[in-house]
Amino acid sequence: MSDGRDDPIRISFTLNGEPTTVEVSPSERLLDLLRYRLGLTGTKEGCAEGECGACTVYLDGLPVDSCLVPAYQVRGRLVETIESLDPEGMAHYHARGTTQCGACTPGVVMTAEWILRHRDRLETHTVRELMAGNLCRCTGYDGIIEGIEGALEDREAG
Amino acid sequence: MSVLLPASLAEALETLAADPDLVPMAGGTDLLVHWPQHTELHERSYLDLSGVEELRPHRWETDELVLGGLTTYWDIIEDQRAWNELPLLIDAARQVGSIQIQTRGSWAGNIVNASPAADGVPVLMAYDAVVVLESTRGRSEVPLSGFYSGYKEMRRSPDELVTEIRVPRRAYDVQIFEKVGQRRAQAITKVGVAVTRSDAGWRVVANSVAPFVCRCPAVERILEQGTEVRGSDDLLPAIREDVTPIDDIRSTAEYREKVLARLLYHDLLDLCPSFG
Repeated sequence: MSDGRDDPIRISFTLNGEPTTVEVSPSERLLDLLRYRLGLTGTKEGCAEGECGACTVYLDGLPVDSCLVPAYQVRGRLVETIESLDPEGMAHYHARGTTQCGACTPGVVMTAEWILRHRDRLETHTVRELMAGNLCRCTGYDGIIEGIEGALEDREAG
Repeated sequence: MSVLLPASLAEALETLAADPDLVPMAGGTDLLVHWPQHTELHERSYLDLSGVEELRPHRWETDELVLGGLTTYWDIIEDQRAWNELPLLIDAARQVGSIQIQTRGSWAGNIVNASPAADGVPVLMAYDAVVVLESTRGRSEVPLSGFYSGYKEMRRSPDELVTEIRVPRRAYDVQIFEKVGQRRAQAITKVGVAVTRSDAGWRVVANSVAPFVCRCPAVERILEQGTEVRGSDDLLPAIREDVTPIDDIRSTAEYREKVLARLLYHDLLDLCPSFG
């Protein structure tokens, strides 16, 4: 058990498949650890209140807002960021206007890819509902939804 | 800021007993909002429960569903039995923020954060959920409908943790949860209501109307007694008896009581012969 004010906490976790050990401050957010100390700047900060989803990463395989996760809470767990995804998988989105200014795009793609990997969830949820935690000021959302639905069809086809 | 990271419930309870000023935390979805700006919160000491694995699972007993102190909304969304048997839990869980919040936020955290606009609390209350509190002094159980006494005031002593939430398994013929917000996703409730009917009778729970989520016994009495209701305005006296509506940044008291009356009237019109 950690003790004492502001003492750093040494944590080990798996980051994009690699074992990682760092010391974190108790008040450090996962978002800041990733961006400013581990150099993974693909994860963006938007609202800092869990609304916009620009900072979406996977924690043990589930999408979370990394702005709301204390860094020490990932000890012993799996963290995956946008840098872990295959860039070639982005073609579906480029072809359908899923991205414009790009600020929301890493978070959008993280949630979109989660949907593609868990398509049984579409038996109970729509793509729109699952994407509700990713705000976008440019596309009006249709480009995002069409990109995901297109990717679902493309990957189904092979 | 300091954070203590107990690895078991016993260690967590002992730590909290030794320093009841510690703030227990689970997923952090309420605490970390605008975290860099809230430097005053960095001065406090926290009891982080994320390592207490035994608090995470939920289980189905013969006559109840038992949620753990760390069970998340998403844990329940992934459980098909909850969809079949206690669907209001699913309705509420799906309305909490977005998937990114649902995978982190816990039912127990929703209860002790004590927001008048909580999404999880009204449906748990409409299902007669019981809050299980534990400390080194022992275990106590408080019906959720009697848990709050004022805005953010509740029957939890500083050395107690919510370790379980017990939800009775009953046959329901009415289960309704309505949420009125600025928009459908990611919005905090302006007015909400949960209604159930089982052998135990009617339950009507108002959400985001009063300073805390609460049952509406006068409205329940109208339903139990079959009192004639000819329009939504007929419900206003009972609503005023049950809740003191609040003005805040999201809405006004006048709007809240009117919308609550209309939601109830609209939802119950086809279910209650006394409504016409």
